[in-house]
Amino acid sequence: MNPLMPLFVVTPLAATFLIMIVGRFVKDFNKYYTSLTLLFLVIISFSCLFNIGENVDVYKVGGWQPINKIPIGIYMVMDGFSAIVVCIINLIGFLVAIYSISYIKRYTSENYFYALFCLMIAGMNGVVLSGDLFNIFVFLEISVISAYSLVAFGVEKNELEASFKYQVLGSIASFLILFGIGFIYWKTKTLNIADIREAFKTGYDKSFYLFVQLLILSGFGLKAAIMPFHAWLPDAHSSAPSPISAMLSGVFIKAVGIYVIIRLFFNMFVITESMAILITTLGTLSMVIGVFLAIGQWDIKRLLAYHSISQMGYVMLSIGIGMILISRGVKQEVAALAIAGGIFHLINHAAFKGLLFLNAGAIEYTIGTRNLKEMGGLAKSMPATSATSFVASMSISGIPPFNGFFSKLIIIVAAITAKFYLLAALAVIVSIITLASFLKFQRYAFYDKSDEDKRPEAKEVPYPMIFSMIVLSIVCLLLSLLAVPVVRDAVLTPAINILMDPLKYSSQIIGL
Amino acid sequence: MEGMTIIVKKTTQLIAGMIFMYGIYVIAHGHLTPGGGFAGGVIIAGAFILITLAFGSDFFKLVKEEMGTTMVESIATIIVVLIGSAGFLLGTKIFFNNYLPKGIVGDLVSAGTLPLYNIFVGMEVAASIFIIFLSLIIFKEESLK
Amino acid sequence: MIAYILCFILFLVGLYGAVTQRNLVKIAISLSVMEFSTFLFFALLGYIDGGVAPIVNPAEPARIYVDPLPQALVLTAIVIGLATTALLMAVIIRLYRKYGTFDIREMKNLRG
Repeated sequence: MNPLMPLFVVTPLAATFLIMIVGRFVKDFNKYYTSLTLLFLVIISFSCLFNIGENVDVYKVGGWQPINKIPIGIYMVMDGFSAIVVCIINLIGFLVAIYSISYIKRYTSENYFYALFCLMIAGMNGVVLSGDLFNIFVFLEISVISAYSLVAFGVEKNELEASFKYQVLGSIASFLILFGIGFIYWKTKTLNIADIREAFKTGYDKSFYLFVQLLILSGFGLKAAIMPFHAWLPDAHSSAPSPISAMLSGVFIKAVGIYVIIRLFFNMFVITESMAILITTLGTLSMVIGVFLAIGQWDIKRLLAYHSISQMGYVMLSIGIGMILISRGVKQEVAALAIAGGIFHLINHAAFKGLLFLNAGAIEYTIGTRNLKEMGGLAKSMPATSATSFVASMSISGIPPFNGFFSKLIIIVAAITAKFYLLAALAVIVSIITLASFLKFQRYAFYDKSDEDKRPEAKEVPYPMIFSMIVLSIVCLLLSLLAVPVVRDAVLTPAINILMDPLKYSSQIIGL
Repeated sequence: MEGMTIIVKKTTQLIAGMIFMYGIYVIAHGHLTPGGGFAGGVIIAGAFILITLAFGSDFFKLVKEEMGTTMVESIATIIVVLIGSAGFLLGTKIFFNNYLPKGIVGDLVSAGTLPLYNIFVGMEVAASIFIIFLSLIIFKEESLK
Repeated sequence: MIAYILCFILFLVGLYGAVTQRNLVKIAISLSVMEFSTFLFFALLGYIDGGVAPIVNPAEPARIYVDPLPQALVLTAIVIGLATTALLMAVIIRLYRKYGTFDIREMKNLRG
């Protein structure tokens, strides 16, 4: 029993309501209290990551012990994979909170911004750390409601329309998820993830199983912006304020989208081959169509949002390859390599996409426009922004020695070794087109030296924003160390072992 | 905003107090009969909304009410978190533990910390729904001024 | 079995309304119809043959009760649905102030 686990949820929740009370009377309380709370969460999440090892920590809320080996009560579970995602959420949340100390000054009600931000962090921590199916739904709704209100924060026409689109599509997805949870409860009479796995191992009805898997994949796939369900992402991520765009695109679609799909499909459902082929196909479609739609964009934040769809396609592709190989029962080491590539790319994408959105926010803060045709020659007047943007663009395109190169290399090698030559070729082509798109971004924004007298005036952004961007670029450089075998065995291998071995997860939770 | 006709005002004077008492009854018996914090809180908010709609009020009184109600909601939630954390700090290290003495099944004062949770969650839900109503009215009044 | 199929048909009716309606408020009402069908489905799940309402009378405690867990889940989900609908309504009111109409075909600022 790890007593630190509920602190991840209780601390930001208490911070939300404390900010609403005290922020009315004391002037600058909200900014510094948010940064302090998130710094505390970063410290305990990293200590949990280094202490977790191969074992699975279980926390029974309220102290209800199982009767006759049947788990009653709500469980909170932390294993290797959850610890990685919790670290990502809190670290990027902390850097975004520091960035928004100077960015949010131009909106009027700062108090509500910090309160909603802490509530979103509490919801995401709850989704990642929960071991119970309905608990995932409740915390998902908490974080998603605060995301809807944060997208519509500055109430102009574009932002309200984007928030309305996001709300209608997100509500349909939530009701699909609730329907799926109802079906699972009907057949297995329990809501604990490990217990449902035990019930499915004994026997299941084939058509019912396919129906439930499709409902859950559609619901969570819409939250993760996979191909047929991606329509809300370009509008929502480009109209939100820039720190919230970095939070949404860097952390949110991973913590409540891809993480839950990986957790439920590997540890709860028995993997079938038809579902694995469907996931691989959806990943490939997202990857290819996302990058082709991103080439023709001239608005910086829409360009970055379409690239988010493409990179999430990479993660789904490698997870799908791993699932196909596990369901066929051959080549287990190649499956482990594919899943390692997927999780590594997830971590990398959080770092560099967050940095890219923070750069776009810095450009918009000084110049006031988001159109690539109206800016240029910023490399001289904004040195910190242009250097960190260069690091992030090289990372996302897969240029050595930055971190994007290693994760894409692992995915392509796994695809070739498993004899999926077409998928590997598509991955390489998409990477080249990504490089072309980001070279266009770099040239038009920073290095264009023609028409210098028609450009608007630019100076460097304030210190809190520079601090966040520089720390994130150092994190990008340090993450390429994860490919070294010693560091990989300490961090990534426990995650892969929990996902690939179905008995380990359920036996350690039910047996306790 | 103006109030409504005289019939609605007289009926509200008779009924609103009884709706409020009914809401308190549903909250207090939350561990014996169906209901509890959520349902009782919504009924209490219904009583407040009825009074505001029937009698009307001017803009400044609405803004003052909104500030007071936000305080009530935030303080009630912090007290719920504190009661849940008190189990962590004294004795066994478990959040949301039931550590007060539990009485006989079927009494009004029994079942440990459950009636306390019901009362504060009921206060918070009532405050939230009243704030939703007040924000929409204040937005409409502000754009009409 | 007929009751569950009717719940699913109600879900499809709500989905049809959310997809084809053009007035903003009608889209919000169709979303509410969809969520109510899910709550009905959940509450029907817990029925056990010959069971009574799960309230314990201390005089005779041993009888067959229906399953109380789906009822608690539905209570939580109703409150969540209320919060979502309230937020949707607030955004709709602000959209009406900005554009002057409730028609969704007029709001086409974001394209491409």
